[in-house]
Amino acid sequence: MEHESLGQIFVITLLSSNFVLAMFLGLCPFLGVSGKLETAVPMGIATSFVMLVASLCAYGLNLLLGYFELEFLRLISYIVVIASTVQLVEMAMKKFSPALFRALGIYLPLITTNCAVLGVALFQTARGYDLGQSIAFSLGGGAGFTLALVLMAGVRERLKLSDIPGAMQGTALSLMLAGLLSLAFMGFGGIGVAR
Amino acid sequence: MTMGAKQVTNMEQLLEGIWKQNPVFVMTLGMCPTLAVTVSGFNALGMGVATTFVLVCSAGLISLLRNFIPKEVRIATYIVIIATFVTLVDYIIQAVSLALYDALGAFIQLIVVNCIILGRAEAHAAKSPSLPAVLNAFGMGVGFTIGLLALGSVREILGAGKLFGVTLFGADFQPWVVMVLPPGGFFVLGAWLLLFAWWARRKEANHGA
Repeated sequence: MEHESLGQIFVITLLSSNFVLAMFLGLCPFLGVSGKLETAVPMGIATSFVMLVASLCAYGLNLLLGYFELEFLRLISYIVVIASTVQLVEMAMKKFSPALFRALGIYLPLITTNCAVLGVALFQTARGYDLGQSIAFSLGGGAGFTLALVLMAGVRERLKLSDIPGAMQGTALSLMLAGLLSLAFMGFGGIGVAR
Repeated sequence: MTMGAKQVTNMEQLLEGIWKQNPVFVMTLGMCPTLAVTVSGFNALGMGVATTFVLVCSAGLISLLRNFIPKEVRIATYIVIIATFVTLVDYIIQAVSLALYDALGAFIQLIVVNCIILGRAEAHAAKSPSLPAVLNAFGMGVGFTIGLLALGSVREILGAGKLFGVTLFGADFQPWVVMVLPPGGFFVLGAWLLLFAWWARRKEANHGA
């Protein structure tokens, strides 16, 4: 694990172990916001930003908690940091783009409970990444989340025009689609280092 | 409204989460752990029990504190309470079964961000006395566990030919490996939802005729 280069970490997290499609992180916004392309892209970017900040804070916090031997407080401090970051993003977005703020609605504060964000912090701690690796990991994760969201939104926009059997409509169809996308992403499995 | 709310018996509180508002199949909440850990029946059961424990404890505590928590900081307070119980569960599982701990990995700590728990805290525990809140949370936990088991057992049977580690078929059985891989999770949950949707529609059609 120590020998992974930054580029490898980025590409692996972006494609072969994509946060949404291979590691099942951040499924709620993935299924909830992926209806339209114009909300999927900003949602992905906002989440990526929170992920980056959370990853940096988690790295610092982990050092601090390790120094004082307070590792059992790790989870609580991570979640508090993430909640505050989300609040910040929410305030910024409300000020600079009220229309977007309304479009994202409840899903914006819900970034706090997005497993992908906490997942970044927890996985980088569990794998013992250093600062550079953590940044590459969070950037890859954010980009991967955005990619999955945009792909799904693209497909679902086309689906609106098609005739779907009644019982298949809604979440069942989204899940089947996600399964197909996930199957496609498994094709990237050979990229980078085989785990 | 308060009169109506009082009419709900304790039994109904308990049953709501198990059937009518099942978190996995009806509300589709808490999807991440649902799909990630259900590669086997055993993992699904462990995750379900851990989540139920956190759900019940946090619902009880939040319900007791509901008159003391200022409205402005309630979400932050809930999260801290939930995170405390999750840390507890994390250490308990580590002590009881290291195999389960290794299999579930970071997903134990990710119980914090399971939408079911925060959703229950906000929608139910913050407004009701302890007993109904705990019963409701317990029902939700059982419903969640049933959902996880439904997924986990199907995926284990198809993907590995086993159930709770017991081999079901003869040596000639070719495991359907994709079912224990990530796409299988999406497919199996999609199939369950499809089944329920089809059933609901059929019931509705019969009712109309």
